[in-house]
Amino acid sequence: MLNLFLFVGLPYMAFIVCTVGIVYRYRRKGFTVSSLSSQFLEGKELFWGSVPFHIGILVVFFGHLTTFLVPRATLAWNSIPVRLLILEVTAFTFGLTVLIGLAALMYRRFTTPRVRAVTTGMDIVLEGLLLAQVVFGLWIALGYRWGASWFASDLSPYLWSLVKLSPETTAVFALPWVIKAHIVGAFTIVLIIPFTRLIHFFVAPLNYIARPYQQVIWNWDRRAIRDPGTAWSPTQPRNN
Amino acid sequence: MDVRSQISMVFHLDKCIGCHTCSIACKNIWTDRKGAEYMWWNNVETKPGTGYPSKWENQDIYKGGWEKDGDGIQLKGAGKAKGLGNIFHNPHLPVIDDYYEPFTYKYLNLIESPAGDDQPTARPISMITGEPMDIKMGPNWDDDLSGSPDYARNDPNLENLTPAERDAMFDLERMAFFYLPRICNHCLNPACVASCPSGAIYKRGEDGIVLINQSVCRGWRMCVTACPYKKAYYNWSTGKSEKCILCYPRIEAGHAPACMHSCVGRIRYLGVLLYDADQIERAASADDTEVVGRQMDMILDPFDPDVIAAAKANGVADSTIDAAQKSPVFRFVKTWKLALPLHPEFRTLPMLFYVPPLLPVMASVKSVDNSTQAEKMNETAKYWPDNWLYDTTTKSMFGTIDDARFPLQYMANLFSAGDTKEVADRLKKLMAVRLHRRQVTVGDVQPEAVAAALESTDLTPQTADDIYYLTSLAKFDDRFVIPAAHREQAIELMEFAGDVKGNTGFGFKAGTAKRGP
Repeated sequence: MLNLFLFVGLPYMAFIVCTVGIVYRYRRKGFTVSSLSSQFLEGKELFWGSVPFHIGILVVFFGHLTTFLVPRATLAWNSIPVRLLILEVTAFTFGLTVLIGLAALMYRRFTTPRVRAVTTGMDIVLEGLLLAQVVFGLWIALGYRWGASWFASDLSPYLWSLVKLSPETTAVFALPWVIKAHIVGAFTIVLIIPFTRLIHFFVAPLNYIARPYQQVIWNWDRRAIRDPGTAWSPTQPRNN
Repeated sequence: MDVRSQISMVFHLDKCIGCHTCSIACKNIWTDRKGAEYMWWNNVETKPGTGYPSKWENQDIYKGGWEKDGDGIQLKGAGKAKGLGNIFHNPHLPVIDDYYEPFTYKYLNLIESPAGDDQPTARPISMITGEPMDIKMGPNWDDDLSGSPDYARNDPNLENLTPAERDAMFDLERMAFFYLPRICNHCLNPACVASCPSGAIYKRGEDGIVLINQSVCRGWRMCVTACPYKKAYYNWSTGKSEKCILCYPRIEAGHAPACMHSCVGRIRYLGVLLYDADQIERAASADDTEVVGRQMDMILDPFDPDVIAAAKANGVADSTIDAAQKSPVFRFVKTWKLALPLHPEFRTLPMLFYVPPLLPVMASVKSVDNSTQAEKMNETAKYWPDNWLYDTTTKSMFGTIDDARFPLQYMANLFSAGDTKEVADRLKKLMAVRLHRRQVTVGDVQPEAVAAALESTDLTPQTADDIYYLTSLAKFDDRFVIPAAHREQAIELMEFAGDVKGNTGFGFKAGTAKRGP
């Protein structure tokens, strides 16, 4: 029963809460949608935390995403041992990068009074959750080889079955508890995205790449000012 | 010709007494909030000095503004590649210690301390952490401290001054300083707008005020780096950037901005300039020596029929054109050519202009032999090594400008990208006006000499009187010519005001474009 909740109920709940939560927060509390940077209060230690953490987690996240989206291609890639090894070593390296970065960030947060002043309870919950998630991930990579292959053959079908609304849970129920914890941790993180600073990656400034540098906004249509002669006319003004 | 209107400002530095009333007016209205305690959208600096944040003019440290890149320009420390590349950690972001850590005092100690042998004290506590702290810096920490080794000698504008010139500036008893009030320049080529990854910063088309949309800002902080004047500030509590809004709610209601309204020395002028937006790129990418001239070329004559026609075709309101014709800023900047932008070499085309200060320049100090004079003095006075003469005579006309105790190069580094001629021209005009008025009111100057001075600076007695009037006697409405904001046009974009005319209060609701039928 617990298994059913964790691997069927929780993922759907996480998805729904995350979607509704993000839309709600963006529309109703748009002012809070950011990561509340603390670099202005402490800029040096942040470098050794923020940069490895972000780069590492992006690589690891997209690695997981790729394996989920194209399991067959991943398996085909892994069919040659050297390529599998390259993939695993790369993933593990960036996993370690995340761990180092996160540890540096947490150390900074707990030891810098100024950063503590802008820390919320949710920040600490999130950092704890992420830390557990990274530690479990590295543990799995070391202890249950080779994740890149069995993720593609066992977990990817399970996740796709969730997407197709007909959950196939046999394979997941049989997994060791560490892997189960890692999966539950992932769904929990998705669940709490709208309530944490994690929401900032939904507003990643990608549109900056395409837009012109300067922005001018006109409050009214300057090329179609209303003709003063029409002030009393019953028709709509030209700029309407 | 793409004619646009810009609300711009002139600060007359000869009149600034450094009272900081402007800063307080601004602080009380806008930045007396959590996270904004350290911000001074308007601040007044003592020059020479390091300013706020410390050494803000040194772009080797802060990487603000634009730099030449071949024929064009690029942002020095931000932009698409650099900004997004540094999105996880911006190496050029100033931290709060570059400004100062905001503090208050634990006043309750004075009341609640138990009786004892010692006086209770109100310890300083940080407004960020709430913990006791040692105050290292505060607002106006270097106020009036010119000449001090920590501040004045670290002024970035001392670059390319000779050691002799520097020593002369800081010689005790010869030392001079002036005040430099600063607000956002509401630039024509704003680096903050260009650097904003979220696209939250924009320039208002109607009046050129640069604003940050607080609901779109995601706190990437690139504007703080990009603004070479360090006039975009990061609110550490809300996680958003904030900046001077030129009191736009006041401007739209026809009031002068708070800093200008409250200015005790009446140094501030505000009015409309019409400019040609097609020339922005040409001016911003000019060589250092040409950037001032090209910026001046962009500013159009509001009396020129062609300009008026182009402005009307571009939707500039008649009332705005009228305000441009009455604009005190246009007269200072273009007609009389008395004002210059601050650090034009940052290439943001700032629209706040300064009349450079004549006062520290006007007198010169000469070395003289006072030994015979000293012989006559009593024993104590003899030991005063008084071998200089503070010379304020106007006999030599412009002699004192070239021979100033305040090197022209210093002024040029501030106001004309190092070109001393631009600054000298303006100072000579100011001097000629003084000579002219001296002749009118006191009459102890040779009329021929005054006439020669006026002629050499392209002034007529009438113009000199106009300058004198706008400088010294101008009334409130002469100093602030604020065009109507025409927000009614904005309303009519959304609904037809005629629909509800005569209906208000009676419950009839006609359909509007926004609400539907």
